[in-house]
Amino acid sequence: MARDDYISMRNTSKHFGSVKAVDDVTFDIGEGEFFSLLGASGCGKTTLLRMLAGFEQPTLGNIFIDGQPQAGVPPHHRPVNMVFQNYAIFPHLNVNRNIAYGMRKSGLSKAEIDRRVDEMLDLIKLPGYGARGAHQLSGGQRQRVALARALIKQPKVLLLDEPLGALDKKLREQMQLELRALQRDVGITFVFVTHDQEEAMTMSDRIAVMSLGKVLQIDSPARLYEVPQVKEVADFIGTVNLFEGAIKGREGDSTIVDAEGLGTVRSTASGAEAPEAGPITVAIRPEKFQLTFSEPETSGNMVTGTMQAAAYLGDRSHYYVTVDGREAPIAVAAQNAERQLSVLGQHHERVWLTWNDDSALLLTA
Amino acid sequence: MTDTTAPGGSLTAQKAAQDQRGEEAPQYFASKHEGYHWTAEAPMFLYAVWYLAFLYIPVLFLPLFSFNDSIYVAFPLKGFSLEWYGDMVSTQQLLEALANSIKVGGAVAVLSTILGLFAAKAMTRYVMPGKGAITAFIMLPLVVPGIILGISLLVITNMVGMELSLYTIGLAHTLVSVPFAMLVLISRLEGFDKNLEEASLDLGEGPFRTFFRVTLPLAWPGILASLLLTFTISFDEFILAFFLAGNEATLPVYIWSQLRFPSRLPMVLALGATILIFSFFIVTVAEVLRRRGVGPQSGSAI
Ligand SMILES: Nc1ncnc2c1ncn2[C@@H]1O[C@H](COP(=O)(O)OP(=O)(O)O)[C@@H](O)[C@H]1O
Ligand SMILES: [Mg+2]
Repeated sequence: MARDDYISMRNTSKHFGSVKAVDDVTFDIGEGEFFSLLGASGCGKTTLLRMLAGFEQPTLGNIFIDGQPQAGVPPHHRPVNMVFQNYAIFPHLNVNRNIAYGMRKSGLSKAEIDRRVDEMLDLIKLPGYGARGAHQLSGGQRQRVALARALIKQPKVLLLDEPLGALDKKLREQMQLELRALQRDVGITFVFVTHDQEEAMTMSDRIAVMSLGKVLQIDSPARLYEVPQVKEVADFIGTVNLFEGAIKGREGDSTIVDAEGLGTVRSTASGAEAPEAGPITVAIRPEKFQLTFSEPETSGNMVTGTMQAAAYLGDRSHYYVTVDGREAPIAVAAQNAERQLSVLGQHHERVWLTWNDDSALLLTA
Repeated sequence: MTDTTAPGGSLTAQKAAQDQRGEEAPQYFASKHEGYHWTAEAPMFLYAVWYLAFLYIPVLFLPLFSFNDSIYVAFPLKGFSLEWYGDMVSTQQLLEALANSIKVGGAVAVLSTILGLFAAKAMTRYVMPGKGAITAFIMLPLVVPGIILGISLLVITNMVGMELSLYTIGLAHTLVSVPFAMLVLISRLEGFDKNLEEASLDLGEGPFRTFFRVTLPLAWPGILASLLLTFTISFDEFILAFFLAGNEATLPVYIWSQLRFPSRLPMVLALGATILIFSFFIVTVAEVLRRRGVGPQSGSAI
């Protein structure tokens, strides 16, 4: 039975002097889950991972792995293995010996260990590389060796600290898919650290968005994008237009809001925890707007403005529309479902924006 | 590795810096390269030449006169002779002193390198309160004049009732060698990533095994360098050995005792020349080792 609290953080904090690197986080990670920690550099991702690995002790709070409290358990007694940000391949050992490093206490025969190392080399698609020295490997190959060195131990949990950060874009995208496939095959819990939201969205079952040592929201990639709980998450994941506003009242299951630049907005977007009354922030994603060059027939949400700028990106186009009552232009994204050979729209041309009631998310101001 | 090192080490570095500037210069001073080079570098160059002459010409008299076929150390040279070297290898007392020096030097090298390694490990890997003060205290023997240290140690050995012997010399030499060992080993340990030791812990090896499987192999060139350097320090040391020697002398103390007899001077010169060559060789090897090996350049070039 896979348990969904295989790893538990309970009010865990780590302070370095006055810096709260990790600040009172509480969450669970399920067995076999691909779980990502996402956040800007310096938000505490590495520190959190190092606490799981046992290299740092929490200043406050507890960590449980498989129900066992981890306080005082040294790194070499934890059922987790780590792939370091810089891979930490042993420079004095060749690839074979790097991979076999942790097998000394496995109780397996030399021949059996050799066989498993070969298996690992096949798995990471580096067969025949066993005799190479560590310094003869490229960045991508080092990354794979670090992975094999950890996986051969058959850990319950694999911790990965920005393992793809040093790779170029193409290789990174390829490794993302390979890692995800590998995780499904071996069924190990992955805790994956990244500052790249696209990478996190591509690979993860769930993502914890972190900022300044705190966890802002934990959700599936789709829910993080569509139902962010706070402004910071909406802003960090993808692009979003944020409008200051105030709640005017309710009609059935929709909320009526007065928002800067948009006038009266009707929202039925559910899920977001926003106050019942008072100041509020309305969040609308660029692609949720429909842009037209003539006034559309609608009784729904609509605003008119002037085209500020337009950019043709091939598969889609970006427009920036200035409206009365708001300084920043509204970002609009449209799929180019049909071939667009004509001019996108003139500077200062009058345009209309419409959107659905459930596209306007209400967030705490 | 082609740089020459040891006594000329700082100069080599200076020269390298010079070359580098010379290479970069054309970008900014394309047309004025020559002029720029001269005005800024010429006085430095002259200074370096004078400095080297001052340093090495007296030293070169040693081998020169050691081959001179005369008992007087004076110009003009009389002729080539190996007589003094023959004297050297057939003097029993000298050979005993040499054996003593090697015994003491070997023990000092091992002991101070072990102590230096632990200290360096603590300094580079652990966060400790008062680290700065501790470092300062360990480094102190570097700046305390040898004669003061010698007197203090003599007083202490008397107080605790220790017999003066090769052991007391060894302990004193260890005291002054540890800072050097530490400096060499700290630079070595700082040269490799602490994640490597963590990776070993992470893969299930305890701190003890990690030390032997990761730290030691990676620090190995530094350890060799430290052994050679501390051996040389002990081998060449005179003041402490002079104060703390019992009835067995080390080589420098023996040389000192022979200087009273003018007839022995040429043989002492031969001995000095030999020691000079060996010391130079050992220090060079130590320096090459310290710089080479699985350093940052090959270790964590990601
Ligand atoms: N050993 C340490 N000593 C002091 N401050 C640290 C230490 N490790 C991390 N920090 C601080 O904690 C914060 C979070 O760091 P880190 O966990 O490395 O962030 P991330 O991995 O998300 O970039 C940063 O402000 C960093 O400077
Ligand atoms: Mg980090």
